[in-house]
Amino acid sequence: MSYDATFRVWRGDAAGGDLQTFTVEVNEGEVVLDVIHRLQATQVGDLAVRWNCKAGKCGSCSAEINGRPRLMCMTRMSTFGEDETVTVTPMRTFPVVRDLVTDVSYNYEKAAQIPAFTPRPREADGSHRMQQVDVERSQEFRKCIECFLCQDTCHVIRDHEENKAVFAGPRFLIRLAELDMHPLDVVDRKHEAQDEFGLGYCNITKCCSEVCPEGIHLTDNGIIPLKERVVDRRYDPLTWLGSKIRRRRPD
Amino acid sequence: MELERHEYDVIVVGAGGAGLRAAIAAHESGARTAVVCKSLLGKAHTVMAEGGIAAAMANAYPEDNWRVHFRDTMRGGKMLNHWRMAQLHAQEAPDRVRELEDWGALFDRTPDGLISQRDFGGHRYARLAHVGDRTGLELIRTLQQRTVALGIDVYMECTVTRLLTGENGVTGAFGYWRESGRFVAWSAPSVVLATGGIGKSYKVTSNSWEYTGDGHSLALQAGATLVNMEFVQFHPTGMVWPPSVRGILVTESVRGDGGILKNSAGNRFMFDYIPDFFRKETAETEAEADRWYDDKKNNRRPPELLPRDEVARAINSEVKAGRGTPHGGVYLDIASRRSAEYIRKRLPSMYHQFKELAEVDITAEAMEVGPTCHYVMGGVEVDPDTEAARVPGLFAAGEVAGGMHGSNRLGGNSLSDLLVFGRRAGLAAAEHARSRPGPAPLPDDDLADAARAALAPFEREGGENPYAVQHDLQQTMHDLVGIIRTAPEMEQALERIAALRERVGNLSVEGHRQYNPGWHLALDLPHMLLVSECIARAALERQESRGGHTRDDFPATNDEWSRTNLICSRASDGTVALSRQPLPTMPAELAEVFEEVPA
Repeated sequence: MSYDATFRVWRGDAAGGDLQTFTVEVNEGEVVLDVIHRLQATQVGDLAVRWNCKAGKCGSCSAEINGRPRLMCMTRMSTFGEDETVTVTPMRTFPVVRDLVTDVSYNYEKAAQIPAFTPRPREADGSHRMQQVDVERSQEFRKCIECFLCQDTCHVIRDHEENKAVFAGPRFLIRLAELDMHPLDVVDRKHEAQDEFGLGYCNITKCCSEVCPEGIHLTDNGIIPLKERVVDRRYDPLTWLGSKIRRRRPD
Repeated sequence: MELERHEYDVIVVGAGGAGLRAAIAAHESGARTAVVCKSLLGKAHTVMAEGGIAAAMANAYPEDNWRVHFRDTMRGGKMLNHWRMAQLHAQEAPDRVRELEDWGALFDRTPDGLISQRDFGGHRYARLAHVGDRTGLELIRTLQQRTVALGIDVYMECTVTRLLTGENGVTGAFGYWRESGRFVAWSAPSVVLATGGIGKSYKVTSNSWEYTGDGHSLALQAGATLVNMEFVQFHPTGMVWPPSVRGILVTESVRGDGGILKNSAGNRFMFDYIPDFFRKETAETEAEADRWYDDKKNNRRPPELLPRDEVARAINSEVKAGRGTPHGGVYLDIASRRSAEYIRKRLPSMYHQFKELAEVDITAEAMEVGPTCHYVMGGVEVDPDTEAARVPGLFAAGEVAGGMHGSNRLGGNSLSDLLVFGRRAGLAAAEHARSRPGPAPLPDDDLADAARAALAPFEREGGENPYAVQHDLQQTMHDLVGIIRTAPEMEQALERIAALRERVGNLSVEGHRQYNPGWHLALDLPHMLLVSECIARAALERQESRGGHTRDDFPATNDEWSRTNLICSRASDGTVALSRQPLPTMPAELAEVFEEVPA
């Protein structure tokens, strides 16, 4: 049932670091996070790792396992051979704080920049009436657990630090799509999507959808429809004319 | 000493549902407010809540109203709940749910387009507002986005290690950044504790690492009192296999949506465990139970939907009697009762969880489940209307507060509790701050002492390993103060806790202060130990069985104890002192609710 596995874990901080090799016990049914915890408890008490729920619901334990962005709590050891070396490294898109912990503040900054949800008024009886089919489109994106693996894998920012200022990443493009499809929201964010959050940088390679642990179709159901609506808006001659007539030049 | 200092009107400790709701309320009433939380924003334990938010909105059943919800809550808590909290909770929950929609929440809908409500244990009507089986995520994300939209300051990955108090009550809090290990002090006349529960003191638990009882312990040390600490809820259905996922929650919605419990002989055993207290409202035959899902007027509830304490004890008994599954649980079967499409639609995250972690397809086969430590009913004793603790300026809301749920909490009543009392605590904390203008002074000696205590584990060499001490504490609570209790075992637990206290005094950690989990655990352990001692002492004292406290040596409920609360406080020598306190008297017009024939 149990066996000794070889783990290579990146250890270090912003100044640098390297992969360290450990031999560690693995038991039946365990996931990578269990093994990282065993390392902490028995060999390296100060090994830094983020985690919370250990059930794939909170999105804290994101890392790259054998180079692939994954949740450590949802990666079963049985997916590897017993003689296979398992390499665990921090998410590459974000600056390292220590060991497997990265500085994900980029994501919180982008979240704060998105114009807030603004609902239409309630109906006379104090309720909001919406049909299930209408809420389901946005519900798909609200399943997001903010693990930021889509951000990690997105090649627009993965090795292009300079794009972070102008590109919000797939997680926040689907947040914009979610708000755009939200039955109650009344704010139009299509211009911001294009001009401030960098929707045009995405060339729909669908890497984000591939790594999403929640199975959200970021590209097909979120980003592509949002791109289409932005295009409709921009190239519709009536809309264009209307925007020219109504818009006033800043003094 | 190097120290970062900040000044606010209200500091909220914890960023789960209660903490964020409190912060929003305090901010909106004009208080300079900050939230301090141990994890990243949006990762709090609330995210793991699955089933829904209980609120008598009457969208599914027009017969539902706050009086029925109040009655269900009090009966579920075996009448030990603070009546005023249960009343406020039932009355205000519908408005708290509705306002989430104004902040962007998208609940599942009824055919009329209203918020859909689902069945849960102990609730007479379908009343849980929900989003599939990920309602907690919706709640946390909605409150998180509202908090961000309002521009409230959030100190993420920052742990409070001490409350600071002066002659007139709270003056602030002291803590450290997890990332850098550097110290922070907040000066504030009001502090709201919203730190959640204590489950990490147990070996098998649905709770995350954050649930180390910080708020319970901080309050006690600051001079506040804890109530009902003997009542710990073991959720009947946690995963039991494989070992590494043992304890992870399997939502009660599985049973609310038609799932049944069976033993290894294939018997639907819950019919053998219907207590007299609930007999009149529980189905007697499988046929009646099955009809209830579609016709609640003419049929009674299936016994699988008895309150959690009853179901957990029943599962425990079946396994002990040798009728358990190969891995020591019982079967939870929805596969044979609902279509695969229905199951995937209603329970998507359960489907995913079993598929990924246990290689079980819940649309085709039964799950193996067993009890897991889930929730502590006990907590900081508060004023029901303001959530004020006995220390001026200190407030508590959510799981860290006590009284609302009595001896056992009904499923769905936790998320509504967070919203109702989080808001009330935030309002009262802002109000209190207005009465204390000017920054509260933080004496240098107090700050230096807090810093010294936090750094002590680095000073020692060759001391105890914090992970080993935590493991031994979890084993002790699991073995000796678990779901079924006896006096000799709890006396033994108290001896072991005393020995563990010696070891905690001798902890040492390796490495340095930057993001060091070993050090963080070393600072959480004293809280875990103090709370465990409160649980064990109160559980030993209460010589009866009720709700989340089952004594093998006192198996019946007792009238004397039905009128008595146990209060933990900090004695002058630092030990836990226990006292008895009469239950508050329910006014006559509320007592009448229990005479009404249920509709």
